[in-house]
Amino acid sequence: MRPTLVNQLRILVPVKRCVDYAVKIRVNPQQTGIDTTVKHSMNPFDEIAVEEAVRLRERNKASIQSIQVVTIGPPKSSETLRTALAMGADSAIHVETAEGAEQQMPEPLGVAKALRAAVDLVIMGKQAIDDDACQTGQVLAGLLGWGQATFASRVVVSEDEKSVSVLREVDGGAEEIRVRLPAIITTDLRYVFFSKPRYASLPNIMKAKKKPIEKLTPQELSVDLTPSFQVLKVAEPPVRKGGSKVANVDELVSKLKEAGFA
Amino acid sequence: MNSRYRLQAIRLYKELHRIGRDYPDPAYDFHGKLRRLFERNRHLTEKNEIERALALGEHIKNETLALYSLKKYRHLRRIYKD
Repeated sequence: MRPTLVNQLRILVPVKRCVDYAVKIRVNPQQTGIDTTVKHSMNPFDEIAVEEAVRLRERNKASIQSIQVVTIGPPKSSETLRTALAMGADSAIHVETAEGAEQQMPEPLGVAKALRAAVDLVIMGKQAIDDDACQTGQVLAGLLGWGQATFASRVVVSEDEKSVSVLREVDGGAEEIRVRLPAIITTDLRYVFFSKPRYASLPNIMKAKKKPIEKLTPQELSVDLTPSFQVLKVAEPPVRKGGSKVANVDELVSKLKEAGFA
Repeated sequence: MNSRYRLQAIRLYKELHRIGRDYPDPAYDFHGKLRRLFERNRHLTEKNEIERALALGEHIKNETLALYSLKKYRHLRRIYKD
């Protein structure tokens, strides 16, 4: 009989509640940000990350001990956690920020500082579709001193669970690297070829209601999440004016002179 | 035996109703169509007919889920493909 493995992997999957991908973004009336009274859902790249964590466990049942999801946001972000739990995560942590602070979302550095838990592998989406920062994973790896494999499209855990082999999307193709654990992995879109994120079906949502969600505050984690940027103004781009055709080069030159280009 | 089918039908209706909340086209009356389709079949008693109707419901559920994930993937690919 096989002895139980002592070194099982604990996976952490950070997720973010963003404006839904299908919503047309509008600037809010105060011109301080975007209109957030619209439909929100889990960042699609984070869905891919959760799906990959669940599939990793389906592939290597013995190696994975637990999958934990974490989010940093207002109270409504717990819906995102419930969805992740319904997709297959075991437990969740909710680092609550103040309600109404949606216009000041935690920045990647703050998020990375808060995300230090006892885990072996962190799988996250490469970027959020609302700010497209693409920084949190890399910053977290730097703060922890762990290896990172970003823009991953396939992850294979090694036999001895000491390393993972990751296929990365790079300019001009793909590269395969081996990263020693503990490590950070950020998932790219191409994952969908290998593992389409599952829909959280109603029975799973019901089951997820029993799974635990731990609530924390940034103060408990000794992290300061006040943004280092201040948004002064947000405005829509100017309406595109139609172009005009010119008959010849002279007309082009005269029109350019009129517009102020000498 | 009938109660088993009843429970299955109710569960299918609840799942389809919840899935229909995310339908991308606001002009498409998903919930209305769902209700009408179920009501049209309420009188069925033949085992084969009931099972065929339930299988059709499952098929529609899978098709709708495929629609959602395809739409999301195509959108993401359009925005993020370099």
